[in-house]
Amino acid sequence: MQKIGVFICWCGSNIAATVDVKRVAEAALHEPGVVYSADYQYMCSESGQTLIKNAIKEKGLTGVVVCSCSPRMHEATFRKAAESCGLNPYMVEIANIREHVSWIHKDIEEATEKAVILMRAAVAKVNLNQSLTAGKSDVVKRALVIGGGIAGIQTAIDIADAGYEVDIVEKKPTIGGKMSQLDKTFPTLDCAACILTPKMVEAASHEKIRIISYSEVESVSGFVGNFTARIKKKPRYVNEALCTGCGICAEKCPSRKSKNEFNEGMDTRGAVYIPFAQAVPKLAVIDPTACIKFKTGKCGLCERNCTAKAIDFNQKEQIIEEKYGAIVVATGFNPIKLDGLEEYGYSQNADVITSLELERLMNAAGPTGGVLLRPSDRQHPHKIVFVQCVGSRGLRPCDKPYCSKICCMYTAKHSMLIREKYPDTEVYVFYIDVRTPGKNFDEFYRRAVEQYGVHYVKGQVGKIVNDGGKLIVHGSDLLMNEQVIIDADLVVLAAAIEPDPTAKSVATMLTASIDTNNFFTEAHPKLRPVESPTAGVFLSGVCQGPKDIPETVAQASAAAVKVVGLLSKDQLTCNPCVAGSNELLCNGCSSCEKVCPYGAISYITKEVRRGDFRRVAFVNEAVCQGCGACTVTCPSGAMDLKGFTNKQIMAEVDAICK
Amino acid sequence: MKKVLDIMQKRAKQLLGEGIVNRVIGWKTGEFGYDQTPAVFTSAAELSSLVYDSFSAPNLSKYLIEETKKEGKALVFLKPCDTYSFNQLIKEHRIDREKVFVIGVECSGKVDINSLKSRGAVGVIGVEDNGEKVIAHTLYGDMEFAKDDVLLEKCRSCKGKQHMVFDELIIVNPVKEEKNDRFIGVDALDAMTPDERFEFWRGQLLKCIRCNACRNVCPACSCIKCVFDNQNSGVASKASPDTFEEQMYHVIRAFHVAGRCTDCGECTRVCPQDIPLHLLNRKLIKDMNAFYGEYQAGTDTDSRAPLTNYTKEDVEPNVISDKGGDK
Repeated sequence: MQKIGVFICWCGSNIAATVDVKRVAEAALHEPGVVYSADYQYMCSESGQTLIKNAIKEKGLTGVVVCSCSPRMHEATFRKAAESCGLNPYMVEIANIREHVSWIHKDIEEATEKAVILMRAAVAKVNLNQSLTAGKSDVVKRALVIGGGIAGIQTAIDIADAGYEVDIVEKKPTIGGKMSQLDKTFPTLDCAACILTPKMVEAASHEKIRIISYSEVESVSGFVGNFTARIKKKPRYVNEALCTGCGICAEKCPSRKSKNEFNEGMDTRGAVYIPFAQAVPKLAVIDPTACIKFKTGKCGLCERNCTAKAIDFNQKEQIIEEKYGAIVVATGFNPIKLDGLEEYGYSQNADVITSLELERLMNAAGPTGGVLLRPSDRQHPHKIVFVQCVGSRGLRPCDKPYCSKICCMYTAKHSMLIREKYPDTEVYVFYIDVRTPGKNFDEFYRRAVEQYGVHYVKGQVGKIVNDGGKLIVHGSDLLMNEQVIIDADLVVLAAAIEPDPTAKSVATMLTASIDTNNFFTEAHPKLRPVESPTAGVFLSGVCQGPKDIPETVAQASAAAVKVVGLLSKDQLTCNPCVAGSNELLCNGCSSCEKVCPYGAISYITKEVRRGDFRRVAFVNEAVCQGCGACTVTCPSGAMDLKGFTNKQIMAEVDAICK
Repeated sequence: MKKVLDIMQKRAKQLLGEGIVNRVIGWKTGEFGYDQTPAVFTSAAELSSLVYDSFSAPNLSKYLIEETKKEGKALVFLKPCDTYSFNQLIKEHRIDREKVFVIGVECSGKVDINSLKSRGAVGVIGVEDNGEKVIAHTLYGDMEFAKDDVLLEKCRSCKGKQHMVFDELIIVNPVKEEKNDRFIGVDALDAMTPDERFEFWRGQLLKCIRCNACRNVCPACSCIKCVFDNQNSGVASKASPDTFEEQMYHVIRAFHVAGRCTDCGECTRVCPQDIPLHLLNRKLIKDMNAFYGEYQAGTDTDSRAPLTNYTKEDVEPNVISDKGGDK
């Protein structure tokens, strides 16, 4: 029989104002196995913990129930306290009477009754608890960063600088991400390439960093400290070791119809191409869907002209398998597709463009060589309308409900740059609100309005009509309370941003969670913002939520610190609450193996009884995460979860229903 | 049918004689002329008592769990519906395929002795199936019945005449496939109000005497130790009569075999209390088909069953509640 102590926390008035803690303490004494109960103002405080420790020592407690806040908050605190005076930490259970009771109920009678029930369930469980001992597992001292934008690059550099090996897996032929497509960056207006390319070069030349470009992570198995990733390296049809990046192949390529992704499809590239001048790695890549050789079997001009003999039409997909201790997700974002937002006529009018397209039109390496010319007739636009919140903060199915965060600032940047370079241009900005929290952000926006004379119109655009080369923008000015019609030459839409389409499959692969908008969920929104709820998986950049460059870089470094903290350990303590199979009951039917999301279950043939050789399930305790899927699938009840046995759970249910 | 039996006996003797198999799993006549019983034959002499007629309903697949643990290879005769169970047991690693020689035998549906009795056939000593009609030989003379009237429930909702797995086939008269809707009974239950449905099942399950015949015959119930026999499980059969046992035993069993039940219908066939147990399993099959796409357990040995597989196309829980899942 256990000797259980029950400790009821007031949590100041958080619990005590709604739950009669004295009554809970009194009721506890009538529960089987309970020999002591007490209530205290702050059980998590030093003196509260001392109260528990003293009771364990003086009353010889074998089990402890703390009725307090969520186990996510203080389970570890109380388990440590118990352990410090010799009690196995897994003999401590928490009854959550704050989040589950006092915070959600008003009536003291009902709340107290519920608190008593939850206490009773926890006591019933502790009566069946057994001491558990955690095992240890080794940490692989190498990190994987998925995504090679500024977030991934910064995380990788910081991890590498701390002395650990890092692999960056980038699905595009070059690292650099969205930032490489930007012209200038707010609020200081430095040129994006000037500040990004040194980082790209640093990553490429760092002895601890390996860039695996044009590749995707195909599958991940394992667990914190010991992941195994299969990385699929797509064929470039160019030998990486031989290619010098001279670009002759791209010049000679007769196929010129492919849209140039780097310039947002506003000009074309060859079937063999180097994404852009500062690409890292600077290697050519052949797009087999456009290549004449691949389509007809004839051509091979690039092959003949390549002095390095690097063209290899027979290159095959490669699989790289590598072990990692930690994984950082830095999969980034894309502007949303604007086809569903018909009022802006984006798909009908060449001169209705996105802000990212404008970045390319203003960039020296862009399709117009940095001269602002509108796409339809290559004329200089004299009246430009910017529309903000395009697809952001909307309630329609084609809209995103959230604020994309970066658009207010880059629109201010664009309008300012245009007014600076082309003072004869009139610039209008339609906005719902202008949101500029951030260091030097509001000053920046005010400069656009006050110094550069940009016309900010509070209101939205309802319709854009093409009238003989002019774009007639129908909008409303809510401050003047009137309809506005502007005959613009160019309309720039600040399209909402959304997570990269790969986010969902990456999340599934890593068993990390994503929210309804496909942004990765952090382990705690305030206190653990760069960790995913899955141990060993960290978040960097916009994959976790909309962010500008300074925030992305800060978060990237924060994620790196978390990774370094993990990799600096030689061993990790495993979770002892793992599944185990009772071989006498196991049928070897494979149901558990099929539902195990971690691949922790395998089968061995074993002499279960004398002369009775059977196929039985075997749980790799280092891989098991204790999710319990196997225990509910097992038809014979052979599979059970330590710390959460079927019997313990039934006892809790029985106690609640009593 | 006589011709089929002749071929079966001849081939079995041949395989035994050649030493390819060392025993044969088939049927022999039981105490009465209508209770054909699973049997193991180890010699040509014994094989003369092998029978295969309209009463050879028992599904022999489950017997292979124990038989394949023994030395040597066993020959088994399987009807089309039995092959689904066989495949499912292979999938669950309960049978060693290497140790079985499967001969698929033709089947045009088996006769329900209770149907014959309720239609006035007393003292049945044998039965003959001429394709259209069933002739029951009784101590008091022959009686003729329309075949559809006297087939077992599992044969009236036959899954098909194709064998899913076999090493050899014995088919003398190819049997015509007939369409049937096996979910009619489930649809009728679905159409009831929850109270009516509860009353229906309570009425049915109250008849249960916990003889465990349904469980023991079920090829999906192949656990080494059933939770209902495990004292540590907390749900093992209790001596005290309680309604939980009566009401929940069959429901829990249906959930345990969900996604693995091939709908072989043996549970209903063997129930001495005439409880339509197949309706429980079919309700789950119907729902799984609706939620996760058509799935028939036992058509193969390697596909993943809907309940042990996760795909992006899986329905969201709200769809299940929209369809009445939480009512």
